[in-house]
Amino acid sequence: MPKIKLPHRSPHIDMTPMVDTFCVVLTFLLLTSTMTQPEPATVDTPFSISEIKIPDFNAMTFLLAPDGRVFMNIDNGPDTILKFRPKILTEMGKRYGIEFTEAELRNFEKQKSSMGVPIIKMKEWLNSDDNNLKKALQTGIPMDSTDNQLANWILYARQVNPAINACIKGDTETQFLVVEKLLDILQEKNVNRFSLITTLEEATVNIEEIQQ
Amino acid sequence: MAEVIVDEKGKGGKKRAKKVVPRLDMTPMVDLMCLLITFFMLVGALSKPKVMEIILPERIKDPSKVDPPRISASRTLNILLGPNNKVYTYPGSVKPEEFSAVPPVLPPLAETDFSAQGIRKVLLERNRTLAKRIAEFNQQVLSGKIPISQDSARNAVSKMKTDDDTGPIVLIKAYKNANYGNFVDILDEMNICGIARYTFVKIAWYEERMVEAAAGIAPTAIASAK
Repeated sequence: MPKIKLPHRSPHIDMTPMVDTFCVVLTFLLLTSTMTQPEPATVDTPFSISEIKIPDFNAMTFLLAPDGRVFMNIDNGPDTILKFRPKILTEMGKRYGIEFTEAELRNFEKQKSSMGVPIIKMKEWLNSDDNNLKKALQTGIPMDSTDNQLANWILYARQVNPAINACIKGDTETQFLVVEKLLDILQEKNVNRFSLITTLEEATVNIEEIQQ
Repeated sequence: MAEVIVDEKGKGGKKRAKKVVPRLDMTPMVDLMCLLITFFMLVGALSKPKVMEIILPERIKDPSKVDPPRISASRTLNILLGPNNKVYTYPGSVKPEEFSAVPPVLPPLAETDFSAQGIRKVLLERNRTLAKRIAEFNQQVLSGKIPISQDSARNAVSKMKTDDDTGPIVLIKAYKNANYGNFVDILDEMNICGIARYTFVKIAWYEERMVEAAAGIAPTAIASAK
């Protein structure tokens, strides 16, 4: 009986299903990854050995630029329906007698990066399309004793979202006086627990050294 | 992801127009996607910054009603964060009659820095028993001698810290020229050395003087001294 001859074929593997799966995974990763938003001021965070991850939600982040300006960022809460940001802005507007339109509130809700605009300039900042002007308006949130807008932001942020945590993101070179002022304002508002945002660093302590 | 390409051996004989199935070589595309996926996975997982928790004592609204906490001077270690990334330490406390005397009698400051040989050595020296116990415990957890979950291990360490009554009580004070990096560094040192009791307090005016004298800068105007 003659052998059954199989036709010669090149060992081609069909890659199409693999491409399909990869495509799906890639799209998923692209969509879920949160792009790091460009912050209004570059900040080099100090190093620490802490391994606790930064919370995704319920955080108000204070950005302390090396030049002493203070920026603030609040998230919208764990669910998009909650819309914490526009609520806080409405409260701030009421406090300072400024009424924000629907479009302005929506614009504020969508902002991802920190803001450091005095409340009087807020309307101008929200309505402008010019990036340079927007940048120029970011003069830091006023926190003097005469015009303590930062304290009010903290107050309303905590009223709207009681579960909010304070995170501090400071530059290594930021003067301590600025930090101390911020801590003072937070403590006045009964916030005593802070999370300092740092970059992970390795540190070892060997037992032999201690035993000396 | 290479692909083996084997030449198809055409049979001899009549040459016919072959029916060629149009096939696209997907391999480079797969390669590229593999790279992209790896990139996004790494970026998504690693880019998250870490946080360090710090809890400050609650602000007392009316200090006249509450007595200040009493701590023993022998266990107290004062750390003053100075300008130019310097750290100054002095043990114990300054008595009121010492700093109000003219000229004030102030304890000498020991100058160190943030390196492993600097402040860490000072802290480990004073916190030897506790640091040793925590280090040994962590070693045993890592080597599997004590089967314990990560959360329980953390709790056990914090229990050790609460029970400890020999280690130093560290008071951290910052001079106005210190920067935020110093503040985080010193808190980090507390965690590294396993200091059980530490807190951040406002610097007193005589301590500002001490830092100024040690760092060799002109003292600030008397008006700021209360």
